[in-house]
Amino acid sequence: MLDIFDILGPVMVGPSSSHTAGAVRIGRMARTLLGGRPVQADIGLHGSFAETGQGHGTDRALVAGLLGMSPDDLDIPRSFELAAEQGLRFCIHPVQLREAHPNTAVLEVVGAGGETLSLQAASTGGGRIRVDRLDGVDVSFTGAFNTLIVPHQDIFGEVADVTRELSDARINIANMSLCRSRRGGESLMVIETDQKVPPAVRDVIGHLHGVNSVIYYEKEGG
Amino acid sequence: MALDSIQEIFDRMESSGIPFWRVVLETDMEERQVTEETSLEKMRATWQAMLESVESYEGARRSVSGLVGGDGERMRQYAATGQALCGPYLQEVIATALCVGESNACMRKIVAAPTAGACGVLPAVLVPLYQAGQVTEEALLEGLYVSAGIGAVVSHRACIAGASGGCQAEIGTASAMAAGALTAIRGGSGAQIGHAAAMALKNLMGLICDPVAGLVEVPCVKRNVIGAVNAVSCADMALAGIESRIPVDQVIDCMGDVGRRLPVEFRETALGGLAVTPFGQTVKEQMEQKA
Repeated sequence: MLDIFDILGPVMVGPSSSHTAGAVRIGRMARTLLGGRPVQADIGLHGSFAETGQGHGTDRALVAGLLGMSPDDLDIPRSFELAAEQGLRFCIHPVQLREAHPNTAVLEVVGAGGETLSLQAASTGGGRIRVDRLDGVDVSFTGAFNTLIVPHQDIFGEVADVTRELSDARINIANMSLCRSRRGGESLMVIETDQKVPPAVRDVIGHLHGVNSVIYYEKEGG
Repeated sequence: MALDSIQEIFDRMESSGIPFWRVVLETDMEERQVTEETSLEKMRATWQAMLESVESYEGARRSVSGLVGGDGERMRQYAATGQALCGPYLQEVIATALCVGESNACMRKIVAAPTAGACGVLPAVLVPLYQAGQVTEEALLEGLYVSAGIGAVVSHRACIAGASGGCQAEIGTASAMAAGALTAIRGGSGAQIGHAAAMALKNLMGLICDPVAGLVEVPCVKRNVIGAVNAVSCADMALAGIESRIPVDQVIDCMGDVGRRLPVEFRETALGGLAVTPFGQTVKEQMEQKA
């Protein structure tokens, strides 16, 4: 999809669209997918993120994103101080991953209610990001669309059931992927949609037989 | 309906009888499923952010390494003495490119165009015109659509990231976008917009990305100046009727090809070029000691 405001934009705090703006978006994605306020975060930096991350404010940008900031928030440089005020403990360290994009971060996050999330995401250029792993499952989505993530049991008809609800709500699917750990085990549906997915529709999907939970990311600017 | 080539924009201008900028606007409306008002509103907000990125400059700010800051102000002070070689517009183009590039390095708010490292080029050529009352906001927004269209085509056919294609992909693309915008604002034809963009990209072809200590500071800030000044000269050439001998889409493809063939040392890795000069190495060591 072409968005001319990816070319003329984003409006962001410098100095690097990949190392700063993209990093904020990765942190923000983790917060959204966690579904609550993170209180603890272990942040691993891979490749160029580890090499030049500090000079680009990648570390502060990731923490800013975890605090819910957007790439244009002038408080990004102060995110470490704000994290302390808001009760987010974090540690940042280099990691070495196999076959990962050079600008990759791995986040292990714990929420205020004890919920956990593990996320590996890459900053792919111009502030765009791509989530590559979620709670140990390989995925691929960018946050350029509204994104519905549905962990469910690997049983007959799950995809049909979920997509029927979207169809009934006149929500068009732009991209979709399905991945399972093993036959009959845990499975993960990632559905990118053109329209927003209203809470009522998410609620219905969440109560479908075999669906474990529903996680939703709404794209920036609606 | 994406923007796959400049020729496609020319064709749509011809078949629909609309100007360059409107082809880009209509593409945006189609791709994002938004109204004309919504698209224009977002472009206006982008322009406001660009304007603020210039007006919020403070010469006292310094970057993390301490290497960047204050040069925009220094250029303005020099221009005020009346000693500058350039005329008033070009003096301010140079100063503005420095200001925005420095603000970016100091973690202030900018508009990536097409990247953060090249964020100074477009405001450098546009804001001085606007502040001098030589262009309406309406014409400016049209110019920004033209620039976005050029950037979109380059992004599709080649690349716009230093890590992919070197500085030519960032500053070169920004310069082509700015040259096209200026040409449109000055009433140039679609063909002239294409020539301006082609010449701007050709003039910076082969420029490597070699940031000292991997930071978007040296030589990035000053390369925004060459991108901006190059854009002005190419727009003036195009408006004078001077043509790029090589068609613009071929120039874009060529830039992408050169980018792919650049050794990895010259693509934002800080392993070559100015980054490995003795000075560059010293800065790198100092940054590592700070870490």
